[in-house]
Amino acid sequence: MRSLAIYSGGLFFGAGLALSAMAKPEVVLSFLQLKDLGLLLVMGGAVLIAMIAYKALPRIMRRPALGGKFNHYSRSLDKRVVLGAAIFGIGWGVSGLCPGAALASVGVGNYPVLLGIAGMFAGAYAASFLSD
Amino acid sequence: MELFPLGVEHYILGGLLVGFGVAWIYFWTGIVAGASGFFGATLSLFTTRGDLKKYANSRSWRIAFGLGIVSGAFLFSILTGSFFVTKVQLWRLFFGGLLVGFGVRISRGCTSGHGICGLSSLSFPSLVAVLTFMSVAILTAFLISNLGVLP
Repeated sequence: MRSLAIYSGGLFFGAGLALSAMAKPEVVLSFLQLKDLGLLLVMGGAVLIAMIAYKALPRIMRRPALGGKFNHYSRSLDKRVVLGAAIFGIGWGVSGLCPGAALASVGVGNYPVLLGIAGMFAGAYAASFLSD
Repeated sequence: MELFPLGVEHYILGGLLVGFGVAWIYFWTGIVAGASGFFGATLSLFTTRGDLKKYANSRSWRIAFGLGIVSGAFLFSILTGSFFVTKVQLWRLFFGGLLVGFGVRISRGCTSGHGICGLSSLSFPSLVAVLTFMSVAILTAFLISNLGVLP
């Protein structure tokens, strides 16, 4: 049941990325070259809904609909966060791909992106050599 | 200069739909879902090298979420008859992907993890991460296009 709920949430997420054209590396790259600021609207819309959910749901429900507890996002600030983000930024600027958009890009039939996905798996594997 | 030459509706509606997906998962399971863990979680099916062990408890939801993203985009393309194949050069996709896959695991988050989940939770570390990857990506994209690499 939980997997189904998460899979169906992924359906909305992926459809949203396709609708907003974030599955097209060209559109993301045109944002990064500041030719079309649409990505900020996508992120703003998503943050707005997520913020409402994270704030409101734990107040109006004792626990999630399928049980368990409401998790809260927490990360500590260390140099890994910043260094990793900078490396991710170079890759994002080179390819126009981030993880969610790359997965959505597979769904819209953009078969060359499979090469980008292969790169992401290889990069994720390489990072496991640097585990803390 | 036009800020949104392709219009704004599809960006706003798409963003709201992305946020709805995140909210939907939170409603049912209480999980704060980002996409970047998909790669490590999938790798952890085959090897437990290094910190890949840490995906033991989150593996199934991370993989279900990733597969849902692919399927959702596929369903959207079927319903609207709009498939797409990029012209961005293959070396850019591969080497960019390599750095993305590496960076998001070091940083523990990506555009959805730090960007959507982190910012909507008012996380300061995520704000730092977002400002870092945005500015580095903008510099990189400008540099590459100024070197004459198109697309």
